[in-house]
Amino acid sequence: MKAERIESILATHPFFEGLAAEHLAVVADCATSVRFAAGEKIFHEGEEAQSFYLIRHGRVAIDTHAPQRGGLTVQTIGEGEILGWSWMTPPYRWRFDARAVDLVRAIALDGRCLREKCEADHDLGYELLKRLTLVIVRRLEATRLQLLDIYGHQV
Amino acid sequence: MAIRSEATGSLSDPMTPRIFVVERFRRELHDTFTLELTPGPGMAPIVYRPGQFNMLYAMGVGEAPISISGDPAQTGQLIHTIRSVGAVTEALGRLRSGDALGLRGPYGRPWPVEAAAGNDVLIIAGGIGLAPLRPAIYCLLAERHRYGRVALLYGARSPREILYRRQLERWRARFDIEVEVTVDRAAPEWRGSVGVVTTLLPRVQFDPDHTTVMICGPEVMMRHVARDLIQRGVAEEQIHLSMERNMKCAIGFCGHCQYGPKFICRDGPVFDFHSIGGLFGVREI
Repeated sequence: MKAERIESILATHPFFEGLAAEHLAVVADCATSVRFAAGEKIFHEGEEAQSFYLIRHGRVAIDTHAPQRGGLTVQTIGEGEILGWSWMTPPYRWRFDARAVDLVRAIALDGRCLREKCEADHDLGYELLKRLTLVIVRRLEATRLQLLDIYGHQV
Repeated sequence: MAIRSEATGSLSDPMTPRIFVVERFRRELHDTFTLELTPGPGMAPIVYRPGQFNMLYAMGVGEAPISISGDPAQTGQLIHTIRSVGAVTEALGRLRSGDALGLRGPYGRPWPVEAAAGNDVLIIAGGIGLAPLRPAIYCLLAERHRYGRVALLYGARSPREILYRRQLERWRARFDIEVEVTVDRAAPEWRGSVGVVTTLLPRVQFDPDHTTVMICGPEVMMRHVARDLIQRGVAEEQIHLSMERNMKCAIGFCGHCQYGPKFICRDGPVFDFHSIGGLFGVREI
């Protein structure tokens, strides 16, 4: 896919909404278009976290497993959302598995490339960090609600 | 003196139950069931509005407030979906076709289905909270042309605990209502969404300036959903919640369901967030 096309896709994805054009161009240098078939593993727990993904189509399950309980899906991520932030902080290893529930189309952003760009341009780094922090905060809030098990014991 | 008002129903003695007969018992989930009721001999059918509730009396055990979960247009048929959580609801769960129970109602302030005409409508339910919203959904779909976008967002604990599953599938098969379902936990075989119901909100489109929201579920869920909606620009007056407290008389006399300056039975159970949002943060009530 051409760089200009990727740049325009990035510009319309909610995660990058409103990002300055010069920053979008820098981010686009680290981006490639990817596709995963239904059921395909996107990454495994423990592997090096090389990328993060802007989901454009389809749904991704974040899985883990527990002894005697088998596989567990802890969250699904859909169109317009992002997948993965382990690329951002050491030791750059995935903490969960990710699996395409159905056909998934996404933009993959190379984590190492992005880290280098962010080190070189702290304005870009701060902007990305703010956006990622918002995602992390919202998922933390959602996880806390999940932990309350609100439907099991109406509260 | 006959008491006639929305809050008290239309009984000459509002504390005297009428006899209704169980037409059908249906198991919905492991702890949840539906009773289809018809008026006992000589009893008139009940006319109700979506969001209202009845006091159901299990003979010799006691009363419990239960939302009506059927189609208000189907007069003569009264449907209640009930979760077994105590002595009364467990007794109601032992009733079968032909058994009798006592009933007072309908009571309470309904969902603003009429006032929502011309707006987009979001229905947001969690767990058994889908039951009190189902009459509103029936009304919206019966006059679908009067509303903008209509979306139903539903959260359940797990795939096994999705209420009205077949009906959700039927609604989803329509082209005029968006239905999104999520569960809090699931095995990898589940092909739907996993996450709390608030995670569904960014997936639906609506015009915040012209949207009516109706929410029913655990209070903590409603609080978080309302906060997210306000952040998206929906006015507090357009966010409507169905509250639950320990209702006894159902007509605003006994005070058991007092919620700050409000009585849930008389002033609710449906409130707009503007009128009660401030009470959510008060832990003592």
